[in-house]
Amino acid sequence: MKNNSRRGFMGKAFGAVAGVGAVASLYAMKRSWDPLPSVKAAGFTVLDMSAYKENELVTEKWRGKPIFVLKQTAEMVKKAKENPKDIERLIKIGNDYFLVALGLCTHLGCIPGYNPDDKSFLCACHGGLYDFTGEVTKAPPPRGLDIPPFKIDGNKLVLGEEGPEYKKMLETGITLKA
Amino acid sequence: MAHFTKATSLHDWLNQRLAIDTLRRVLATEYWIPKNINFLWAMGMVLAITFAFLLVSGIFLLMYYQPNVDLAFDSVNYTIMQEVGYGWLWRHVHGVAASVVFLIIYIHMFTGIYYGSYKKGREMIWLSGMLLFVAFSAEAFSGYMLPWGQMSYWAGMVITNLFAGGSLHADGLVEWIRGDYVPAQAFLNRFFMLHVLLIPLAIIGLIVLHFGALRIPHVNNQDGEEIDFEAEAAKYKAGDKANSKVIAFVNDFMSKDMMVVGIYLIFFFYLVFYHYDFAMDPVNFDPANGLKTPAHIYPEWYFLWSYEILRPFSTDVGLIAFAFAQVIFFALPFLDRSPNAVPASRRGLFKFWFWAMLIDMIVLTAMGKVPPEGMFSAIGFYAALTFIGLWIALPFITKFEKKV
Repeated sequence: MKNNSRRGFMGKAFGAVAGVGAVASLYAMKRSWDPLPSVKAAGFTVLDMSAYKENELVTEKWRGKPIFVLKQTAEMVKKAKENPKDIERLIKIGNDYFLVALGLCTHLGCIPGYNPDDKSFLCACHGGLYDFTGEVTKAPPPRGLDIPPFKIDGNKLVLGEEGPEYKKMLETGITLKA
Repeated sequence: MAHFTKATSLHDWLNQRLAIDTLRRVLATEYWIPKNINFLWAMGMVLAITFAFLLVSGIFLLMYYQPNVDLAFDSVNYTIMQEVGYGWLWRHVHGVAASVVFLIIYIHMFTGIYYGSYKKGREMIWLSGMLLFVAFSAEAFSGYMLPWGQMSYWAGMVITNLFAGGSLHADGLVEWIRGDYVPAQAFLNRFFMLHVLLIPLAIIGLIVLHFGALRIPHVNNQDGEEIDFEAEAAKYKAGDKANSKVIAFVNDFMSKDMMVVGIYLIFFFYLVFYHYDFAMDPVNFDPANGLKTPAHIYPEWYFLWSYEILRPFSTDVGLIAFAFAQVIFFALPFLDRSPNAVPASRRGLFKFWFWAMLIDMIVLTAMGKVPPEGMFSAIGFYAALTFIGLWIALPFITKFEKKV
């Protein structure tokens, strides 16, 4: 009996040590799968906004992801102003309005294509449609194109830094944190 | 310590140390298989052989493959295909086997469903088989990443995005799985590790479990007959092989098994040498490009049915339907409330359920391949609803099934 309780104690003691070890190794394994610091510290992208042409989609790159930059025509701006939700999605630099958005469909991450005649984005993967402000016009995408963190710096746009205009978009729910 | 004597032969020497005679008896010559089975019972051996082909061809591919985003594409498409002697053979064997293995898995599964081979003590066979299906799916997906072509990259993007859980928006989890914001070096390296080490280890372990699960309940038969294996084995061992309902796994059954394997291998190598292209998506012969999505992204044929269950719905509903489709086959032994473990043809409504499920999955597969437009969208949507409906109906139709 005495032996049994001793063995029981040894069993429990081993269980406790092994348990701590298991949790610690799981933590180490989780951390080993984390993105590396060099990946996390991937630089900021600076865009010169004076170089873009109206209604011509340019795809830039930020953290390995495509960024759509679409300078709006006067007609597009007028149409966007009819709906406050639409105009709030655009970034105003000087007197020009731009759509700057992550070029990944919010459904499952394919890259939509832009049709300058229809002024709409079509995602070929599952048939989702967006208008020229990046708002969804046909499911399955659950929300408009996400807007990357940005800071307006005169004529330039810094991607990866959070300026007051971006923070306001987060607050009003225009975009999710990308 | 056991008592050892001077060995009279190499066989005797091994037998004293490893009990090879006992091992052979337990695993082969006295492992009993019913007589009343057909060629569909050979699919297990066909799968084992196909897995062996994957393993051997994989070993040779591994010697030249480079898991690096800058080198991977050329190491496959140039080094292995053009420089390595017979490199093309290993690649085509590997690609064709990876595709055909799923065809055989589906035949093996539907054979089990038709003959009720997941009931009355055979539940663990079904569950371990489903775990193997999941492990093979993960193995196929991780292997598909390795050539680092356009389809590799975009399939990797889309499938890892599923883990964001739709509106849960768990981007942190997705980035954790990838080790980067997008599929890149860390992603390719870890999926390479999963493909060549961790998942194959899991598969080998699961195969042992799957075989072990067969041991006590034994293989089912095509008449749903409950066989007293001990009594029948006694008849066989007494020499009355004609009246015994069972035969030995080796050599009796194995000879029939290998006959089917032989026919299968002719078909298999016909594909390897003349039609390997069906397992090679042309889009994947473009190197991965994170800034250009291919016009249509679709998975390999064996994932199309579950992809089509995801596709016609909005994101969240689609994800729930997809998750349902992925796990629901596990629940088959518990959702089938009927005590009858007989062929579907003798089970009333279940017969119609079986054929409806089979046809529905073929329709889903076909609809998953075509672009999601017009008529095809609608057919896919109703086929997805039918799939879910059939599973909800299963406990009810089997509960009221007449006992046979």
